[in-house]
Amino acid sequence: MELIIFYLAAVVAVGGGLMMIMQRNPVASVLYLIVTLVAIAVMFVQLNAVFVGALLIIVYAGAILVLFLFVIMLLNLRGEKFAEKRTRLDRPTRIILAVAFILELLAMFKQVAFPGRMDELMVQASPDFGGARPVAELLYTKYLFPFELTSILLLVAIVGAVVMARRDEKDKKRGI
Amino acid sequence: MDLKLATIDLGLIAPEIIIAAVAMLILLLGNVVRRRTILAYFGLFGLVAALLTALPRWGNPASGFYGMVQADNFAIFFKIIFIIAAGLTILMARRYLISHEIESPEFYALLLFSAVGMMVMAATSDLVVIFLGLEIMSVPLYVMAAFARHDVSSNEAGIKYFIMGAFASGILIYGIALVYGATGTTDLRRILADWGFFEMHSQLFLYSGAILVLIGFGFKVAAVPFHMWVPDVYQGAPTPVTAFFSVAPKAAGFAALLRIFTYGFADMSQLWAILWILAVLTMTVGNILAIFQDNIKRMLAYSSIAHAGYILVALTAGGDGAVSSAAYYLLAYTFFNLGAFAVITLIDTRNSSTAQIDEMQGLSGRHPFLAAVLALFMFALAGFPPTAGFMGKFYIFSEAIKNGYIGLAIIGVMNSFVSVYYYLRVVVVSFFARPNKEFEAVSYTPAIFIVLVITAAGTLILGILPGYWLSLARAGIFQFL
Amino acid sequence: MTATEFAIISSIKVVVVVLAVLTGCAYATWLERKLVGHFQHRIGPNLAGPFGLLQPIADAIKLIFKEDIVPDNAERVTYALAPILMFIPAMLNFAVVPFGDTVTLFGHKIDMVVSDLNIGILFVFAVTSLGVYGIVLAGWSSGSKYSLLGGIRSSAQMISYEVAYGLSIMGVLVIAQTFSLNELVAQQASVWHWFIFRQPVGFVIYVICAIAETNRSPFDLPEAESELVAGYHTEYSSMRFAMFYIGEYANMISVSCVATTLFLGGWQGPFLPPVVWFVIKVIFFMSVYIWIRATLPRLRYDQLMYLGWKVLFPLALLNVMVTSLIVLL
Repeated sequence: MELIIFYLAAVVAVGGGLMMIMQRNPVASVLYLIVTLVAIAVMFVQLNAVFVGALLIIVYAGAILVLFLFVIMLLNLRGEKFAEKRTRLDRPTRIILAVAFILELLAMFKQVAFPGRMDELMVQASPDFGGARPVAELLYTKYLFPFELTSILLLVAIVGAVVMARRDEKDKKRGI
Repeated sequence: MDLKLATIDLGLIAPEIIIAAVAMLILLLGNVVRRRTILAYFGLFGLVAALLTALPRWGNPASGFYGMVQADNFAIFFKIIFIIAAGLTILMARRYLISHEIESPEFYALLLFSAVGMMVMAATSDLVVIFLGLEIMSVPLYVMAAFARHDVSSNEAGIKYFIMGAFASGILIYGIALVYGATGTTDLRRILADWGFFEMHSQLFLYSGAILVLIGFGFKVAAVPFHMWVPDVYQGAPTPVTAFFSVAPKAAGFAALLRIFTYGFADMSQLWAILWILAVLTMTVGNILAIFQDNIKRMLAYSSIAHAGYILVALTAGGDGAVSSAAYYLLAYTFFNLGAFAVITLIDTRNSSTAQIDEMQGLSGRHPFLAAVLALFMFALAGFPPTAGFMGKFYIFSEAIKNGYIGLAIIGVMNSFVSVYYYLRVVVVSFFARPNKEFEAVSYTPAIFIVLVITAAGTLILGILPGYWLSLARAGIFQFL
Repeated sequence: MTATEFAIISSIKVVVVVLAVLTGCAYATWLERKLVGHFQHRIGPNLAGPFGLLQPIADAIKLIFKEDIVPDNAERVTYALAPILMFIPAMLNFAVVPFGDTVTLFGHKIDMVVSDLNIGILFVFAVTSLGVYGIVLAGWSSGSKYSLLGGIRSSAQMISYEVAYGLSIMGVLVIAQTFSLNELVAQQASVWHWFIFRQPVGFVIYVICAIAETNRSPFDLPEAESELVAGYHTEYSSMRFAMFYIGEYANMISVSCVATTLFLGGWQGPFLPPVVWFVIKVIFFMSVYIWIRATLPRLRYDQLMYLGWKVLFPLALLNVMVTSLIVLL
């Protein structure tokens, strides 16, 4: 049963990702991205990391992608505006890159992720390892420094966005 | 309630905290304090304070925040570079910003935040923190490139830099993810400790990850073939911003590259071959394309690519000596490249300026001092003795030879000869070309005069008395934690 | 309990809850019209059945027989998808709300909740945050300027208020140290332990944000009829419109249920059976909703944003900080 759900979620996630990049219509792309995120959240829940799964949906599906949609709607982007300009070299380059990438992925499948640490990681992982308390504990001890750095990063991004978007004297003169 | 409290070692990140706090205060005070001069000098004050807190830690390296922060000499050396670059940029930027009507408190705040990001990048051995530092460094730079919002080319620079930077970040983080997949850790010390084991079990993972990390940083330090954005961004951005671009992010990128590739991934086989190709391409392409440029900012953009190539030579050579020679070169480069840009900024303060090389005609007649320091910086960039440029290149190439990369050293020296052509062209134009029209006078400010004096002095002192500085670089640097 | 039994019982629970919620939605419209009528010195619907009780059914029949119109320049797929995306999250919320205590029926112990997740409250917030897509996509895909404006307004509004909305309950969670709705109810056994008394500020912020999240008056800018005809669902008709309508009321009921569970002691109460207490509290909350609608004028857009970002958000943050400090000491 669990395996079936996992494969279902995996297929939906990969399929959603594929559909996302193959759509001309940006709104449809966003929708497929949501599908992918929800499928990934399902996988997190299967791993007992319910908290992480819920956060994934709340933060990404619930907030960030809504902002994506918001921007798309404000600019009123529709699919046809994305008629592509291709050069003759485009297609071969794409094919070569894609093939190289797929080969790389296939080769990697044969190798071990986390060699020698899988057991260690499994031992560390208490049944609650994706719950709120363990996540919080890691965030406020081992990852405290990166966590605080992230807040500086966000502050900087906000300041930058405000600087770029702010109207100044010159704009007022021009009546914008 | 049982709470696990983190151990917090504020002392280790005191310089970063001071600069970030000053930047936030500038943002807050920006609405209250009407005199922008106060804010600019407050920013400078913050940098000096940070410098004073960073220096005492020299010689007693420490690690903190669960291994996320490494306050070793390598970090302090680079922090000094960033502080110098940021400070000189503030000094030279003010007049330019005012004359182009784009001054605002946020400029200084963003500059300081960017410096914080660089300092974080240099002072860690964890890939996650390196990435965060890189982003904190880059985001303000995107905005600063587009700071002249009413100027189309500045906007173009901002957008181009933003898109390429975001792309590079994506590649970098993918690489980090692969490395994590191969090793189960992002801590370079643990990666180094068990390298052989990881290599045996998941070589492909690890190598793909490492190469993607290299590509990601390749964009940031403008190595060929990841350099396409450089000329347009350097040309379009406001000149003081370009000055900062050409020095500080490059030093930060190399700090991270050195930390990752001569330390964490030091045992990677065939790594030198990739770096070798990268170094040769970067030097050669940068130098040859620089010859054809008529715009001095564009010419210096290609020259900065070429200089990235010289430092890549040191990275290829690897080993303690090469790392310290790279650090020394970056310090020297900070002085003479910032100096060159200070001269251009001063000339560019006039709104009529086009930054063409031909515009330098008659400079020596009107402003002999300016022409003289410009010539000094050009000589340094070309690598003439007794400037710092010569000593820097000398150390790098001799380290390369010492480690058996004779071919690379020869290519490097030949490249230096090529570069003499276009650097001297600027000198020739400003001294000997018969001017079609009178050189339009520029007015010095005390601030920019100080910048010129400091950079010129730095260029000469590091060139004439290199021993002390090199021994600093050498003695200090190789105590990675 | 065997797997088959579990499946059967769960299915029955789902069916019962869905039917109850749908009926609840229908009679919420009746309640609203009756109450607003009386607030305005009218009688409200009184022709269909005693006290107009059959009015919702009449409405439903009317809507079913209306023509289903799709505008020419609508994006067809998205246009069809939007009402569903509005409706489903609204219904999903009820999966984790505990309606009553455990009861024994035919020898089976049955929890009065469809699924007792240990992250129940997070589930509610995750699902609620998905609800915005129905509205946004409806606005975008209709190909009409009123709809588009409504959609843009609602996405900005819902994102802005979601921040304070999430923070407003953090105080409760910090005190209770759990995400499970069942446990939250258990911790409010006596009236004085109701979180409304321990978290008054959080409660007020929650109510305000909940009204904004469900796009109800005085925050109903996405469908402000004086400016936008009917906002994001201007172009919809027949059952698709009905789905928006039901979804909106289901959302109201679900935030009322969550408010009851978090702040008003859930199904706890003396004498009467738990389910009855729960329903009484939810109806009380719905009445407050309607009362506010009948009393307050609509906010201007900038006032809405000001209130959300500069008043509620800092206040909620302060509330969390003070609460955490008290808990810590």
